[in-house]
Amino acid sequence: MTTTQQVQHVNSPETKQPFTVEDLQMNPARSNRQKAIAGVFAVTAVTSIAISGLILWTLLAEAWVFMVNVDWASVWDIGWFPRRGIYDIKTLIVASLITTGIAMMVATPLGLGAAIYLSEYAHPRVRSVIKPVLEVLAGIPSVVLGFFALLWIAPNVVGSFSANDAGSLAAAGIGVGILTIPLITSVSEDAMAAVPSSLREASQGLGARKSATTLRVVLPAAISGIVASLIIAVSRAIGETMVVYIAGGAAQTAIYTDFPTEKGLTMTAAMASQGSGTDNVVGEGLTFQSLYFVGLVLFVFTLGLNVIASRFVNRIQEKY
Amino acid sequence: MSTASTFQDQSKLENSIAIPEMPDRETEPTAAAAPATVAAPAATTPTHAVELSTPQSHSAFEAGTAQLEAETASDEALEQDEVPAKNLVYKVNDLNVYYGDYHALRNVDLEIEANEITAFIGPSGCGKTTLLRCFNRMNDLIPTARIEGMIEYLGVNLYDSQVSAVEVRRRIGMVFQKPNPFPKSIFDNVAYGPRITGLAKRGQALNDIVERSLQKAALFDEVKDRLNNSAMGLSGGQQQRLCIARAIAVNPDVLLMDEPCSALDPVATTRIEDLMNELKQDYTIVIVTHNMQQAARVSDMTAFFSVDVASETDTRTGILVEYGKTEEIFSTPKDTRTEHYVTGRFG
Repeated sequence: MTTTQQVQHVNSPETKQPFTVEDLQMNPARSNRQKAIAGVFAVTAVTSIAISGLILWTLLAEAWVFMVNVDWASVWDIGWFPRRGIYDIKTLIVASLITTGIAMMVATPLGLGAAIYLSEYAHPRVRSVIKPVLEVLAGIPSVVLGFFALLWIAPNVVGSFSANDAGSLAAAGIGVGILTIPLITSVSEDAMAAVPSSLREASQGLGARKSATTLRVVLPAAISGIVASLIIAVSRAIGETMVVYIAGGAAQTAIYTDFPTEKGLTMTAAMASQGSGTDNVVGEGLTFQSLYFVGLVLFVFTLGLNVIASRFVNRIQEKY
Repeated sequence: MSTASTFQDQSKLENSIAIPEMPDRETEPTAAAAPATVAAPAATTPTHAVELSTPQSHSAFEAGTAQLEAETASDEALEQDEVPAKNLVYKVNDLNVYYGDYHALRNVDLEIEANEITAFIGPSGCGKTTLLRCFNRMNDLIPTARIEGMIEYLGVNLYDSQVSAVEVRRRIGMVFQKPNPFPKSIFDNVAYGPRITGLAKRGQALNDIVERSLQKAALFDEVKDRLNNSAMGLSGGQQQRLCIARAIAVNPDVLLMDEPCSALDPVATTRIEDLMNELKQDYTIVIVTHNMQQAARVSDMTAFFSVDVASETDTRTGILVEYGKTEEIFSTPKDTRTEHYVTGRFG
């Protein structure tokens, strides 16, 4: 009906005057409102950038104070004892790498296997049960998993092959691994589900078994998503704090170790333990600033990982 | 009935037996039946309206009279019956296909001979693709799909519980509606089948298979300098020929083609059609097409399918209306529905 009305309107006597640019102009009030809306969104975008910049600035400023004033011999020493002026960064880096490595050893086979099962083998009804359960696992607060790692994994799993049945890097690593399983499963399952079914049909039409189709067609076609899921998982594992803080077995200080079943302090756990006692820390030499230095090292790690990840994913991506 | 097919062409037979990994070799009756020249009792004359065809009526005439040329068959279908023994590849007997509650295809009887191109034509939803996908058990991949009746391939019931769909698909290649090369190199696409079936894993043997398959698919000259480039960089027509090369690399007996030209331009379509005519020497081809000119151009036999709408329940079922020699389907169809379809008055 509106169209006929408009047609009548155009043809009606009062609009017979010459057609001008005003007929096609936007209502000024509406135009102003549009500008205001665009402005609101611009402010929100700028705010998040400003906050990131502020964080980076704080991090760099305090870390700079540390780096300028520290005796660099103490940064390569026997362990991490910030209150005594011993800031052995390798203790923390090695501990972080060990927990992350163990976490990935646990999470990669379990997460990828679950993703393959869900995407290629599971009956739709089974999938509709398992997927929500996995999402519940993803929703477990890391503090809860931290206590699970300390009170169950440490004595029952790590304690079964070592004398240390309290907190250890291995227990923390397994806990972090459990935490990242749903992440790997969910992202790589999405990547595999996005592989067109025409490729599976092509493979099966050639007489390929399901396993050959999965390993030789679906996985290579989804490889960029799978690698992305693993890299996100590494980022998550290296940045994970609560589980390693609770289950790592060391509080605030740690002697250097590269043995997974011993207690250890990761970069994140060192920061958390130190940060939770900040009021005591302030004023004791560079102890407070060392926290920012560790933060900067961690930041460099995750940033580097993300850069490598995006390069790698772009390079091996198989387009379909 | 089970020995109806007499698969006689020795060279073809040896060819098929030479394929490695054939666990069902013992169960294949063609080896024993091959030299026989028994007139197949249920092997009906090549052209007949399906509703008229009852195997009994033919077998009654089995004693036969003079041997007639196949072309004379249509009108005398009920008068004579001694036809040259045929190399039946497929024998479909009272086939019904369901997807869940949906009855997709009803009471289909059909026979397909070796080294012929058989076209399935008909309007959308008439079940022609469904039947094609039954021929290599691709419908097994659809959880709700279910069949009743019999499809014999070289005399073996394709849906026998001992038959493995994987083995079936190694003998019966398929080319799909949309070109679906793997996101791998051109070489790896063609080599995929030989690798997974163990025909050739690497080295010169594999190179030879890839080159021969690409040559048969009339693609080799265009891609020989870039075999290691991604197949996704090829044009649509080249991709489809690559898919044909990939399918014939595993040395199948039959090629099923599901509207292979529907995504292609006319030039590429012509190339594929020429190719089909060449491939016919070595393979039995069944093609589903929406394009009636294509069916008329390339096929020896044509099956016209239609949709039967039950008026009281408004349920739609695919049926085989008429099956016969292509020139007869297009010039002197027996069924008015076929006539309306091929003259463009319906569908």
